[in-house]
Amino acid sequence: MERHGRWLIILPPLVFLLVFFLIPFAFALKISFAEAALHIPPFTEVWQITADHHLRLTPSLRNYAYLLNDEVYAVSYLYSLKTAFFSTLICLLIGYPMAYAMARASKATQGILMLVIILPFWTSFLLRVYALEGIIRDNGLLNAALLWLGVIDHPLKIMRTTFAVYLGIVYSYLPFMVLPLFATLEKLDITLLEAASDLGSRPWRAFFDITLPLSMPGVIAGSMLVFIPAIGEYVIPALLGGPDNLMIGRVLWDEFFANHDWPVAAAVSIAFLVLLAGPIAVHQYYRVRQLEH
Amino acid sequence: MERRYSPLLLTVLCVGIAFLYLPMLVLIGFSFNASALASVWGGFSTEWYTELLHNQQILKAAALSLEVAALSSTGALVLGTLAAISLVRFTRFRGRLLLTGMVNAPLVMPEIITGITQLLLFVSMLQLVGWPSRGMTTIVISHIAFCTAYVTITVQSRLATADRSLEEAAMDLGASPLQAFLDVTLPIISPALISSWLLSFTLSLDDLVISSFVSGPRSSTLPMVIYSKVKLGVSPDINALASLIICAVGLCVLTAGYMVRRGERQRLADAQLAR
Repeated sequence: MERHGRWLIILPPLVFLLVFFLIPFAFALKISFAEAALHIPPFTEVWQITADHHLRLTPSLRNYAYLLNDEVYAVSYLYSLKTAFFSTLICLLIGYPMAYAMARASKATQGILMLVIILPFWTSFLLRVYALEGIIRDNGLLNAALLWLGVIDHPLKIMRTTFAVYLGIVYSYLPFMVLPLFATLEKLDITLLEAASDLGSRPWRAFFDITLPLSMPGVIAGSMLVFIPAIGEYVIPALLGGPDNLMIGRVLWDEFFANHDWPVAAAVSIAFLVLLAGPIAVHQYYRVRQLEH
Repeated sequence: MERRYSPLLLTVLCVGIAFLYLPMLVLIGFSFNASALASVWGGFSTEWYTELLHNQQILKAAALSLEVAALSSTGALVLGTLAAISLVRFTRFRGRLLLTGMVNAPLVMPEIITGITQLLLFVSMLQLVGWPSRGMTTIVISHIAFCTAYVTITVQSRLATADRSLEEAAMDLGASPLQAFLDVTLPIISPALISSWLLSFTLSLDDLVISSFVSGPRSSTLPMVIYSKVKLGVSPDINALASLIICAVGLCVLTAGYMVRRGERQRLADAQLAR
């Protein structure tokens, strides 16, 4: 195509994403140095042009100092990391055998199973969390069933506990773990396993020596797909968790909607970005580069 | 892989699938419960569905959500396809790295961060240039931004595997580059275009976090209304609404799955005939 004509194709997405995805971070950075104020918009100006045409900077480091001093931020950040890590691990432990069983099914069954795993992914995330709440509520189906069976004589307290948060994350993100695992396990060359067995390797040994290492790309891809949304999760801890389940997404939400402290929320976003999304983006970038070569 | 079923593996698979589906099935069951209490079965009734049809707040929010989803998935389809063409067909241009980064970043960015930063942009823009005021416009812009990423990734991988020699053959036969692309390559990548439009549509329809930040006081999308009702506890009309949505989505996915399989079988049959 002509050299200039191609800019007609490149520019629209480039400019749109630049203005509405990248530049917002610059504004967030600027506002993180402002102070909360009681007007619209609810923060002070970081710079002003004075009457004699000089630029006057009035940045405030108050928000960042606040992040360091108020331990709720550090605690909730670490708590989010921990929750995301363990939910990813649980998804992996459940998802791996599921994907393994799928990979062993016949081609026709695989197609159906794929559809069965993908279907919840297309269904509303919010409604699925709500549906789970119907099961684990104090007077929900699980407690009713257990009481009826006589296993327990008081309803179990599951809602508003840490367990409910883990259950919610695993329930919501399990398909994200199963699909990439299935994709790598399906392509696994079984002659390798046969060779191992011919050479006297026990099935478990063959699994750890061959299957697991070869499925590592799927393990990593699935884990990233669970870990990344889990760490910034808001809906699950807010609907299923108790007051102790302070994940960073929830703290951010409250800072914004309950306390109306936009500059602090901006500072939390920037800090979060540097501490977490930054390293992930760099990792992704090198992965994409690797794939391109 | 070998066809040897271990009972343990099968059990995990079945339990896992049951775990994914049981809550939704129970929800659908309870949407026909005459009693408003979640724990009591009061007999079969469709009253919550009738009530849903008379709930103006929900109907208005549903209309807004559908409109937003249609606009943003279409916008994202156009921008994402252009971005995919740029990344696959133009190997060297200024800003390629930037574009690659910007189409991949929304996939790893927590929604809450995207929501806050975009709101701060919209507020600052309103102050500086007087546009856009918060409402449907800002929701659509935000949704286009994150859906574009999904469209680009999907179309990019399809376009990369599309056979370019067909397009070259068309050009040898006198077609212009644009015509060759539209007549030859576009039909080849159209399944990817359709599926990425559908994916964008559902992502937009389902988004709660970003919409909550960038929407104005008078524009509540369906997830925002559902969330505020769910937060307060059980509401039977939400059960009915959820059941309708789950069934509609299920039907669409099953139809799409069936059509893809039929298409594949057709293609195999065609390939046999061509031999």
